[in-house]
Amino acid sequence: MSSGKYRLPGFDTVLNSFAMWLLAFLWALPLLYAIWTAFHPAAYETNFVWNAPLTLDNFKSAWSAAPFARYFFNTVLLVTMILICQFILCTLAAFAFARFRFPGRGILFALVLLQLLVMPDILIVENYKTIRSLGLVDTIVAIGLPYIASGFGIFLLRQTFMSIPKELDEAARVEGASFLGLLWKVYIPLAKPTYLAYGLVSVSHHWNNFLWPLIITNSVETRPVTVGLSVFAAIDAGIEWSVINAATLMTSGPLLIAFLLFQRQFVQSFMRAGIR
Amino acid sequence: MKRFGRFRTSVASIALLWGMTSAAMAVDLEFYFPVAVGGKAADTIKELTDEYAAANPGVNIDAVYAGSYGDTVTKALTASRGGKPPQLSVILSVDMFTLIDEEVIMPFDDLVETDEDKAWLQSFYPAFMENSQTGGKTYGIPFQRSTPVLYWNKEAFAEAGLDPDTPPSTWEETIEMGKKLVKKDGDGNVTRWGVRIPSSGFPYWLFQGLTTQNDVILANSDGNQTNFADPKVAEALQYLVDLSTKHEVMAPGIIEWGATPKAFFEGQTAMMWTSTGNLTNVRNNAPFDFGVGLLPGNVRRGAPTGGGNFYIFSDSSDEQKKAAFDFVKWISQPAQSAKWTIATGYVAPRPDTWETAEMKAYTDDFAPALVARDQLEFAVAELSTYQNQRVTAVFNDALAAAITGSKSVEDALAEAQKQADAILKEYR
Amino acid sequence: MMHRREWIYGWLFLSPALLFLFTFTHYPAVKTIVSSFFSTPRGKRPAKFIGIENYQALIQDEVFWKVLTNNFWFAVGTIPISVGLALLMALWVNSKLKGTTLSRIAFFAPTVLPLIAVANIWLFFYTPGFGLIDQFRSGLFGLPAINLLGNPDTVLAAMIVVAIWKEAGFFMIFYLAALQSIPPVLKEAADVEGASNFYYLRKILFPLLMPTTLFVSINAVINSFRLVDHIFVMTEGGPDNASSLLLYYIYETAFKYWQTGYAATLTVVMLILLSVLAIGQFFLFDRKVHYQ
Repeated sequence: MSSGKYRLPGFDTVLNSFAMWLLAFLWALPLLYAIWTAFHPAAYETNFVWNAPLTLDNFKSAWSAAPFARYFFNTVLLVTMILICQFILCTLAAFAFARFRFPGRGILFALVLLQLLVMPDILIVENYKTIRSLGLVDTIVAIGLPYIASGFGIFLLRQTFMSIPKELDEAARVEGASFLGLLWKVYIPLAKPTYLAYGLVSVSHHWNNFLWPLIITNSVETRPVTVGLSVFAAIDAGIEWSVINAATLMTSGPLLIAFLLFQRQFVQSFMRAGIR
Repeated sequence: MKRFGRFRTSVASIALLWGMTSAAMAVDLEFYFPVAVGGKAADTIKELTDEYAAANPGVNIDAVYAGSYGDTVTKALTASRGGKPPQLSVILSVDMFTLIDEEVIMPFDDLVETDEDKAWLQSFYPAFMENSQTGGKTYGIPFQRSTPVLYWNKEAFAEAGLDPDTPPSTWEETIEMGKKLVKKDGDGNVTRWGVRIPSSGFPYWLFQGLTTQNDVILANSDGNQTNFADPKVAEALQYLVDLSTKHEVMAPGIIEWGATPKAFFEGQTAMMWTSTGNLTNVRNNAPFDFGVGLLPGNVRRGAPTGGGNFYIFSDSSDEQKKAAFDFVKWISQPAQSAKWTIATGYVAPRPDTWETAEMKAYTDDFAPALVARDQLEFAVAELSTYQNQRVTAVFNDALAAAITGSKSVEDALAEAQKQADAILKEYR
Repeated sequence: MMHRREWIYGWLFLSPALLFLFTFTHYPAVKTIVSSFFSTPRGKRPAKFIGIENYQALIQDEVFWKVLTNNFWFAVGTIPISVGLALLMALWVNSKLKGTTLSRIAFFAPTVLPLIAVANIWLFFYTPGFGLIDQFRSGLFGLPAINLLGNPDTVLAAMIVVAIWKEAGFFMIFYLAALQSIPPVLKEAADVEGASNFYYLRKILFPLLMPTTLFVSINAVINSFRLVDHIFVMTEGGPDNASSLLLYYIYETAFKYWQTGYAATLTVVMLILLSVLAIGQFFLFDRKVHYQ
């Protein structure tokens, strides 16, 4: 990628470096603070001295104070379920929009795009009523349902599918592949970067989503990490930053590390997916 | 309503019950509870329900940890609307009118049979019952209840030349002592404030301490009339505002509830008002000697109560209602109640609990726990009305507006009263 | 013949996605509009048609106007700054400066941390007296404590900072992908022609990044209505609703006050606003976007 780099214009390199470091430091501060408090006794929450004693007690007390293992499991289950359903539904729909000609296509596509704007996040009141009438309140499925048909996902995959040369499908059709076979053998493999990029957006969104799960869940068995953390933090006895931050690190740690390790690939997948 | 004998007491009646409810062998109770304190609250609930179930083989209790108070009431209402309510739940005492309005709970009076039951209903501190009764009926039984108290830093008092064992007992003394306790650094910036009365989130609760001390009640017991515009309320609010602006013994602006204990530990304030729910926290974390006392008084002493009550849901079978009633009776007995108080720090809701050997041993070891009990004598019901969340939100907004100086005390309160009237009109 | 099969397949492939889209987006959107003309059902009293009563209440609701104004300033504060910073971050991280890897990690980390949890950390930063900002201010400059969250004049700005922090790194990824796909020959050609760096940025790079800017800023607009998690932890909308936003108010109205009819009315306002903004934005940018 080095060939793609260019020198920054106008400003002095030193000045730029310094500004970048400063901004990066500011951006990292909350995370650094979380790490600091999580590994030190509560007395050092507000007191930053280099020789503060290290401890793992905060992790222990967070772990024993709330069922974080269960919350974590719920979130993983939720995110995986949403992602798989989104992939299936969006792939089928995107393929239909990209390759079939049928009456109502234009209007339906416009209706799909409408969801980019009118997200389920703001329709909480009516969606809650719908879920209630389905008898699904307080289930993990209910947290995911409003999101599994994603307008953004359909739009993105349609763009990618449209860019695949038609000659490829004709070749496959000659070999007698069905539409599903065609999709599976030609389209999906070629759209891998799009799936990766979309997966990143979807996972980070649903991992961090709070408002809808807060409304629709109310027991340990269904609560995702975000709601679990908020319930855990909202107690009468004041905020215990060290324990809350330990819990935060514990529950976001795996995702954080995964994203840090693969961030370069993510950027490249965004690039190839044409999301830019 | 049909009444059955106390089936639990004998094998014969259980057998009888068998005959009547052929589908189920035992009575199943679903019980929602919130956890609003750290530590062992959830574990203790489970222990107590297990203990009850062991002694009562005819009853199965499914104790469901429902999250915060807000989650619990939401969950209970949602389940009720869906036709599957719990039989029993601990919910904020102030939600009583909401639950009545939603027609989901029933009075305990309908389940009372014996004289013993009647005596039991009378066995709680009246201060706690104020939030549990309306229209002459009892809808809630106090369980995890609290009240705000004054915590003070004895070292700071000694440093300021005050008697470390005597906290302020009046509004005036709060100001006088506060002025001595304020400490400034070389730049003239305050490094320690005199007192801290948190005002974020639910400022009405601690403010109710001030109104009670000024001998004024914020809402009637029917829950359909508020008294926000009373001059005495204005006087109390003016005092709160003046603590920051005129007397400069308290930090200006809205003071965060959650950061208050930490500010106390850090020596940022010499006194704080906060819930008895913080006793254990302060005991474990304050790096100095501290005292716990009654809130200072003005016209009188006073404080609100807070916390959660037991409610019985009406949409259950008669057997379930009886079993739920029996369970609530059992768990509020002195032995169980003492266990609960010691594990959580909540205020034991009846006098005889404090007489048990366990409680005596506990309070001998940790005398500040008695302060809450002593304050109950002066305590009143927490602000509670129909449409409670909306009415308190209106009031909270008014308090915040006055504290931050964006409205005058009188204007803020008059507007709040007007809005509360509009909301409560349909309940009169 | 082929045509007929395409019809069937088209509809077949679409139907699962459409079913869910209609159930959870279009149906509730229409239902919201209908509900906004009904009262709130309570206990065994059902909802009844009340015409425009909810809308009359809306016009007289001071909190609504306050929240709407807040949301306006929140959008004005977050959108340009977070998009601008995202571009700056991407330019930096994509340059030959030292420390780009660490910086990229730092910029991106907020995307993965749940806002609801990090809000507690920001609460500490903003705490007067012993909070990080005040420790810094008094330690270095001897300045007095400042109560950023407890003052209606500063609270919204403090919340805007949190939102920018949360969003900029996410938008950076999109710019980074766009920058990396710009052929280096463009820069070389500009250099050969003796164009200044500023000229290159303004006349070549920015126009090429326009589609990304459109995409990112639509996202930023939507987020400025959707991002409310931090309010739950930091202020609960206070003091006196100075930091409340429209979606948070909808949440309170529907799930704390149980005024679902009125909450629907508020949601209708949100729907209208979002539509107007998105359409406006599309037309505004459409003329300037040069698709590659």
